[in-house]
Amino acid sequence: MKAIGRSVPKKESFDKVTGVAMYTADKVEARMLHARLALSPYAHARILSVDTSEAKQVQGVKTILTGDVSDVLIGEEIRDRPIIAREKVRYYGEVVAVAVADTEAAAKRAAELIRVEYEPLPVVNSPVDALRQDAPILHDKLGEYENEGRAVPVPGTNIASVNRLRKGDIDKGWKESEMIAENTVWFMPSDHAAMETRSATAEIRPDGYVVIDTSSQVPFTVKKYMANYFGIGSGWIVVQTPLVGGAFGGKSAIFLEPIVYLASKAVGGRKVKIVLTREEDMASAPVRIGLHATVKLGSTLDGYIKAAHITYRFDGGAYNDKSSDVAKAAVIDCSGPYGIPNLACDCFTLYTNHGFAAAFRGYGHSELTFAMERAIDALADKLGMDPWELRFRNAAVPGDTAPTRDLLTPSNLGDIKTCLNRLKILSEWEGWQVRQIDAYRIRAKGISCFWKNSSMDTDASSGAIILFNPDGSINLETGVVEIGTGTKTVLAQILAERMRMSPERIHVKLTVDTRTTPEHWKTVASRGTLLAGRAVLKAADDAIRQLLDIAACVLRADPEDLVLENEKVFVRADPSVNIEVREICYGYVYPNGNAIGGQIIGRGHYIQRRMNPLNPVTGEGTPGPEWNVGAQAVEIEMDTRDCSYRLMKAISVNDAGKVLNPEGARGQVMGAMAMGLSFANREGFDYNEQGMVLNPTLRDFSVLRYDENPSYIVEFIETPCLDAPYGARALGEHGMIGMPAALADALSRAAGVRLNQLPLYPETVWRARMGYSHVFL
Amino acid sequence: MRIELLLNGEKHLVEVQPPELLLDVLRETFGLTGAKPGCRNGDCGTCTVTVNGWPMKSCLMLAAEASGQAVVTVEGLGDADIQQAFVDKFAFQCGYCTPGFIMNIHALSSKHPQADEATIRDWLQSNICRCTGYEEIRQAVVSVLEGKVKGM
Ligand code: FES
Ligand code: FES
Repeated sequence: MKAIGRSVPKKESFDKVTGVAMYTADKVEARMLHARLALSPYAHARILSVDTSEAKQVQGVKTILTGDVSDVLIGEEIRDRPIIAREKVRYYGEVVAVAVADTEAAAKRAAELIRVEYEPLPVVNSPVDALRQDAPILHDKLGEYENEGRAVPVPGTNIASVNRLRKGDIDKGWKESEMIAENTVWFMPSDHAAMETRSATAEIRPDGYVVIDTSSQVPFTVKKYMANYFGIGSGWIVVQTPLVGGAFGGKSAIFLEPIVYLASKAVGGRKVKIVLTREEDMASAPVRIGLHATVKLGSTLDGYIKAAHITYRFDGGAYNDKSSDVAKAAVIDCSGPYGIPNLACDCFTLYTNHGFAAAFRGYGHSELTFAMERAIDALADKLGMDPWELRFRNAAVPGDTAPTRDLLTPSNLGDIKTCLNRLKILSEWEGWQVRQIDAYRIRAKGISCFWKNSSMDTDASSGAIILFNPDGSINLETGVVEIGTGTKTVLAQILAERMRMSPERIHVKLTVDTRTTPEHWKTVASRGTLLAGRAVLKAADDAIRQLLDIAACVLRADPEDLVLENEKVFVRADPSVNIEVREICYGYVYPNGNAIGGQIIGRGHYIQRRMNPLNPVTGEGTPGPEWNVGAQAVEIEMDTRDCSYRLMKAISVNDAGKVLNPEGARGQVMGAMAMGLSFANREGFDYNEQGMVLNPTLRDFSVLRYDENPSYIVEFIETPCLDAPYGARALGEHGMIGMPAALADALSRAAGVRLNQLPLYPETVWRARMGYSHVFL
Repeated sequence: MRIELLLNGEKHLVEVQPPELLLDVLRETFGLTGAKPGCRNGDCGTCTVTVNGWPMKSCLMLAAEASGQAVVTVEGLGDADIQQAFVDKFAFQCGYCTPGFIMNIHALSSKHPQADEATIRDWLQSNICRCTGYEEIRQAVVSVLEGKVKGM
């Protein structure tokens, strides 16, 4: 009956294969109103006038909202973003007005009839542009914005935040270096493209409750910020989230909620629903961050890296949202999984006239890893050293310090060297790295190595409640949103293991309602298993204590002599004395009718110990609980005539700490690998010179389809993390982190030129081979 | 206008607007929200149902065009092998693409019970899954087709 280490199917499996699984937009109510957005066709422009007269004539229209409706500025780090654009628009697709009507069709027609007059302004189209002396300034009031204190903006520039990190003595590091390699990489912002587009409803009840249903990873954050932004007591805000149809970080930003709230307020509190179209979801809603980065490495001739200087220029888009925090996460782990003694990192998060960046699966890590790994490959080239060997020599080990100066231990650091060793065998690295198949086709392999800590709020917490049913089964409630990762099922396994019962006897509540569900900080950072898992264990212990107490009365034994197993409580030394859990979990009734106890309710919470924020100048601090690590490889086959290529094989070796649900874990890693490959191979917004997005559809922004996938090899090693339930390390994001770098490495080897730009369209490879440089450099 | 729909085996007379998509009528009139909008542009396949046994993207069909035809949505499948195969093979994560894949594969397995790799590849190109690496979906398809072939 082991619950841990078993491939328990997702609790919501049958809901999902029969179509009864409900997502936010599936709720249809007769009296609901519908909202549609009017979006800016310019990336940067002054709003001269907004004429809603024609739109208001459309039959069924209730109201039209423009920027005038609220002067509240929002943002989690810097409050720089109007809910509906005022005075200026700063990106293509920014919301300029909202139409609310009886039907979606009427709202759409009205939105189309809103006439906005603009005066176009020059655009900032890349982070490099943003730093130019003569760059147009996006936010002239940057110095006046409210700031949570974690971002360090530079008023009068386009710099939303500067973060620096210094470790060791960089000058000494350069002096000890006999070889220097410098490499620059870049890629444009791109999209999460979850299959469910974002949607939300809001209603203000007559008694004052604000009820929001939203397709979000962060219902508790929505509650907190709605309270802040609109001055509502947080108890009056109820946020509900059903199943979420893919999120990947994109649904951890607050975006639609304040819009529908204002819409509902404008129509006397009636329920208003908004569902984004795919085009809106891509162009208007938050995107994935872009990057331009330079990494300079210094090493000895035998490949020991002595110094690294990393410069990031992140394309955070028009508003800061979480981009400065994503950037900070990239600073925290800037060295990659290498024990580099002397480090300097300068990180600029820049305002550009692109969509604003939210979290994306990996939170800055596939970004930093691409920059660092490409530099490692450049160094290996210069040293004439095998890139695997160079990585192995420099792999961080317990006793080294992280860039944040945290001491690395066997518990807080996964085993990089074992991952690399397994990768070497699985990829047959020593056999060949590049080989000619026939006159035109070349096969090549590439590798990469990564680590990731999470960048959590220092008070990120999670809670769990367990309630017994009369049949002895348990209902489990946690604040983790089920976004597809199967975390709720894994939590049931964790609970079952502690309660010594079958996970099939645990019923999980799949939806979140912030009024009754215990808070879980955010369903991000692959931290559901650690934070909620620890809370569940505590709740289990709480319930076990109560069960043993009541069993002790009934069995007339000391609770310390009792054990729980298989839904029975036994006297340890004499198992013939026992009682079924179902006889005591709802109170025990004596034969004469007297009763004791009551429904057993267990509760638990967890907060990560001893974390502290980063010093913005030195980068010192404790950002998260542990560094999970892995090593990856990609094999491709390229046609040298046109540089088209196929993905043949992708390998990931991850240190999972402990695999709790093998099939689930494999699926998480494979899915993330596919996403990383898709990103590196073809994903990115195509901005024209005016900053307009030319490809906001799934036709033009294509993602990997069925037959484009390589064969996947996923292997886990298990070095337990002592803080985590059963030793399990984070897993949900890690399959993707090294994929772009490994793909670029393989293709570079096949093409014979160093490829540093994503996505790696065949044309990009061809241009590099022909020696054409990119327009943005 | 009034149309007659043979929906999940039952006959319905229903009033629709001429420009209404089959997808919207299924979802809003009948509450059959298993068919999902992912793009409303024919690009993603989350809205797939079957019409006369063939997979059809319900965002590319007007409700009026479906008049008199047999439409089956995931809710009308009863319990098809492919549903159990999806559970057994862990062939979904968020589940948003799942009804569309299931309807497509269900049609595939009835139209081509002996489908080879190339046919499977051809059919499955029409649906996007953003969560998985499609490997588990492939395994689910193969297990159903093998079951079919064995059963013959
Ligand atoms: S919604 Fe029909 S194909 Fe995407
Ligand atoms: S399971 Fe999420 S899109 Fe396929």
